[in-house]
Amino acid sequence: METTKKTNIISSLQRASGLFLLILVATIFTLLSDLFLTVSNFTNIALQTSVVAVATIGMTLTMLMAGIDLSVGSIAAFSGAIVAGLMTRNGIPMPVAIFLGIAIGSILGSINGVLSVYGKLPPFVATLAMLGIARGLTLVYTEGKPISGLDESFTFLGSGKLGPVPMPVVIWLVVLLIMFLILRYTKFGLYIYAIGGNEETARFAGIPTNRIKTIIYALSGALASLTGILLTARLWSAQPQMAAGLELDAIAASVLGGVSLFGGVGSVVGACIGVLIIGMLGNGLNLLRVPSYYQQVIKGVVFILAVIFDMYAKRQAKK
Amino acid sequence: MNDLKEYLLSMENINKSFPGVQALDDVTLEVLPGEIHALVGENGAGKSTLMHALSGVSKMDSGTIYWKGQPVEINQPADAQKLGISMIYQELAVIPYLDVGKNIFLGREPQANVPGVINWKKLYQQAQEQLDKLGLDIDPKTPVEALTIAQQQMVEVVKALSMDSSLIVMDEPTSALTEKEVEALFSYMDKLRENNVSIIFISHRLDQIQRVSDRITVLRDGKWIETSDISDLTQDDIVRMMVGREIEKNLEKRAKSTSEIVLKVENISSGDEVQNITFGLHKGEILGIAGLVGAGRTALAEAIFGFRKISSGYIELDNNKIKFDSPQIAIEHGLGFVPEDRKAQGLFLNMAVWQNIIIAGIRKLTRFGFLKKDESQKLSNSLVDGLDIKTPNLNQQVKNLSGGNQQKVIIARWLSLKPKILILDEPTRGIDVGAKVEIHNFLRQMADDGVGILMISSELPEILGVSDRILVMKEGRLVAEFDPEINSQDDIMRAAAGSKGGNHKED
Repeated sequence: METTKKTNIISSLQRASGLFLLILVATIFTLLSDLFLTVSNFTNIALQTSVVAVATIGMTLTMLMAGIDLSVGSIAAFSGAIVAGLMTRNGIPMPVAIFLGIAIGSILGSINGVLSVYGKLPPFVATLAMLGIARGLTLVYTEGKPISGLDESFTFLGSGKLGPVPMPVVIWLVVLLIMFLILRYTKFGLYIYAIGGNEETARFAGIPTNRIKTIIYALSGALASLTGILLTARLWSAQPQMAAGLELDAIAASVLGGVSLFGGVGSVVGACIGVLIIGMLGNGLNLLRVPSYYQQVIKGVVFILAVIFDMYAKRQAKK
Repeated sequence: MNDLKEYLLSMENINKSFPGVQALDDVTLEVLPGEIHALVGENGAGKSTLMHALSGVSKMDSGTIYWKGQPVEINQPADAQKLGISMIYQELAVIPYLDVGKNIFLGREPQANVPGVINWKKLYQQAQEQLDKLGLDIDPKTPVEALTIAQQQMVEVVKALSMDSSLIVMDEPTSALTEKEVEALFSYMDKLRENNVSIIFISHRLDQIQRVSDRITVLRDGKWIETSDISDLTQDDIVRMMVGREIEKNLEKRAKSTSEIVLKVENISSGDEVQNITFGLHKGEILGIAGLVGAGRTALAEAIFGFRKISSGYIELDNNKIKFDSPQIAIEHGLGFVPEDRKAQGLFLNMAVWQNIIIAGIRKLTRFGFLKKDESQKLSNSLVDGLDIKTPNLNQQVKNLSGGNQQKVIIARWLSLKPKILILDEPTRGIDVGAKVEIHNFLRQMADDGVGILMISSELPEILGVSDRILVMKEGRLVAEFDPEINSQDDIMRAAAGSKGGNHKED
């Protein structure tokens, strides 16, 4: 049938445009640098992007329901500091500390959710406030100084390997798999898309929209905490200013990966491809010894071009 | 009053007031099992408010709802659904990015063995069955956004029908459907009636109401006026009860239509939707453009107005070739355009009536970039009076006006510019009978004042009743020209749908 064929092209183009860009970037750097296309470099890229990727998955969930979470960087820093502090200052065992760290992230996230859902604050405003609050709490808790002296069993999470695969990459892939399965196969997953597509209709269909939205913000907070814990483990210390600007990387990666800022469209796999594009770009430019100041300019330009290309591809597909 | 037990639904003595308005004043609605019950009234008569009370969207102040003879409380949409009442809303309530199957079963997905996991196979299978029942050729895996508006509306119908309800409320379900789809829907409604399902059918189309309904309830100004068998009433009776007065129906035609051509469209094409179209619009003429939904009529209007690129051909205005690269240039040359979707394309819903009126001509109302507010208000005031726009004051937000008055605001906007040519796309869709007649009268008056009017409409009675001349489009081309005095609805339908009839134009 005509309409079906047309939409298949649309959806495959939408899905493929991120992948296409990823391959394009990889090809260019392979041609420009001998060091790029090696197992060790790709492992390196995966390791460097894994931390952002975990937070991006949470960001994508909020964006799918037409929300946004600007507080992920601050929540990451706060949770990382709390976990590090609990272990080094209070001698609390690692699993308990990690559990508490993620719990705190979930609580801050659910406060975001309650403020935006029941307090009717726009998510942009609620999470912007949380960005300030959580960063402030981090500075208070750390007194502005790094918390170090972490046990090796903890830093293993950031620097260890499971076989040939770095631990943060393992954790990223596990989170990705779980979220992919939820979005693809469960009612909860479908309802996230439904809310982002048309919240009113979702409510009329008997979907508990408020509860689901609150849960998603809590989940985004939890994933931000996990990001903070991985970062702390990788840095061997909790830095009070770590993960600053993480929210912007996560939004950029989601958009590059085809997640709509207006909700209802996108996938966690796409978002992770977006993370890889940004990671690969940074890695390749480093290999080419492009100064980091220029790198920022280049990344911004590539981002704009990618989004323009994506919009153009969709428009062509719709014709 | 009959015994309550006879009725599937009876809403007795319903009252509801909003600040300053008694929206429902002791209204009663009684629906028998297995009947199609038409609910009519002008916009603002209280139909929607009554249905909101029934669906649990908003609470009534007093009154009782009986369901199968028992009093029931309906406090939220889920309550109504549980009783077996489902709604098809006038505004599309589909989720565009989700596919058809997901939309149909949203909130009621068949479950797999693992809790919370959806049995997709079963979902699509059931969706296919539901679509087949209505004879719809739609793949349940198609994203809804890829469907035409009419198909999207049918998806909503399928969704409501799939709930196995014993009462379905259809609020203007046909406004975006083609004749063929309307017929399919009606024959399915007949089938539902045979299965003892009741339908409350809200529509402004009296011909459709007569075609499909068993009984009718008329509301006016929040009050119950009449309930009777449909066969006991003529269309004129219904209109009189709705409006509360006789309305003049027959427009005087071709009063001052001249041979002078104000707009000449010469062989223009734009994409697939507009192909090699040529015609001339005379001064003082109302030229109707008929055709099926998707025939390219809107695209043609947009191409003329500079909203859409013209790939070949040209437009002549007063014998001068003109290229409209943007609506702005078209407006400067004296064109006005009343678009199809007034809320999305025509109005600034949150802005005041006067702001909506002056916005297109704002340049003439400024001095050094500052708005001359007195003059603007004066101008808007005279247009509000002239067009009889019902609004408490000029500062009222447009979203609070009824559909008919909103449409008049858009017409007032163009009138303020004294246009030479006015293009209207479905000028009275979803507008009540009274306002509709008023708008038709304004159009004739404008034509008499020398404006050339191009009117797209899918309502054949409107096309025939208002136009001086009728062009029919099909698949992007002009296929016929008709004279409303001589030709009939059948001629137009035949030309629009593809079989022979009328003076076919040679390309």
